[in-house]
Amino acid sequence: MAATHAHEPSALQHHFDNLGQQFEASSLGMWLFLVTEILFFGGLFTAYMVYRMTYPEAFAEASHHLNIVLGGTNTAVLICSSLTMVMAVYAAQQGDRHRQVLFLVLTMVLGMVFLGVKSVEYSHKFAEGLVPGPDFRFEGDAIHAQLFFSLYFVMTGLHALHMIIGIGIMAVLTVFAWRGRYTARYHTPVEISGLYWHFVDIVWIFLFPLLYLIDRHGAGG
Amino acid sequence: MVTDLTHAVAESPGAGPAGHQVSLRVYFVIFGALMALTALTVVAAMKDLGDFNTVVALAIACTKAVLVVLYFMHVRYSTKLTWAVVAGGFLWLILLLLMTLSDYITRGPGWLHYG
Repeated sequence: MAATHAHEPSALQHHFDNLGQQFEASSLGMWLFLVTEILFFGGLFTAYMVYRMTYPEAFAEASHHLNIVLGGTNTAVLICSSLTMVMAVYAAQQGDRHRQVLFLVLTMVLGMVFLGVKSVEYSHKFAEGLVPGPDFRFEGDAIHAQLFFSLYFVMTGLHALHMIIGIGIMAVLTVFAWRGRYTARYHTPVEISGLYWHFVDIVWIFLFPLLYLIDRHGAGG
Repeated sequence: MVTDLTHAVAESPGAGPAGHQVSLRVYFVIFGALMALTALTVVAAMKDLGDFNTVVALAIACTKAVLVVLYFMHVRYSTKLTWAVVAGGFLWLILLLLMTLSDYITRGPGWLHYG
């Protein structure tokens, strides 16, 4: 089809009836991907559930070695980044290019703050000998505490990888938004990238209480 | 053909050309609720609720996740097909957890140490 739309030549692909239908298809496709992601992380959550039920004392002891202040701060940082993400989508819907760029950049910055805090936590774990392997040092049930820390590093590591990919996506979006590619009528990439970002936030919403907050009342704070 | 397309676009303003417009007030209320629930989950973890510590932590996390899915991810304003896909995803996750759980908790003594 050589004919182009009167206003936006590139926005509407020829196999869709209209922009609304095209948006629904993109959004549904992103959700199908996110469903595979739910089950991908679901396997790890299942492993966590089984081992925590099998070795509750070792998991509680190991959990007390995590820093609640840093973990809690990161939870707040991610929730803030989800807010700036929806603000970016809102700005796109309004056709406000400058706010769109501003909120996308803020989302990226908050994502980097999260990763920064995470790297501080990781370096503490290395210094304290809490990384599973030959140098693992733990007073108590060391074998099963290693299980906890293996799950901790795999789950938070995969989550951090998703954050890094998310920041990359935001960087691309920011460039396109800056060039004025997204308008009030067509900004599907901003919306569906937002879905991905919020999904990564949801994973952390579960990781924080499950990893950091086991039986804290017994630890005296 | 061009006329047809233009006509079709003009005829579907209901859902908007690209997604439902949610008011900023809704976003701020949800943000406030998520922050409050985060504080609540930390406070609840410091109290000895017996077996209910885990239940409370998971209930709060699920509430937060539902708020994010419905409002930040706009599922509340999405089509029934999107609803079905999202619900299906979580249904399979629940099946995965429950069926694994039903295996492990019925293996008899020695597998689990309830404390």
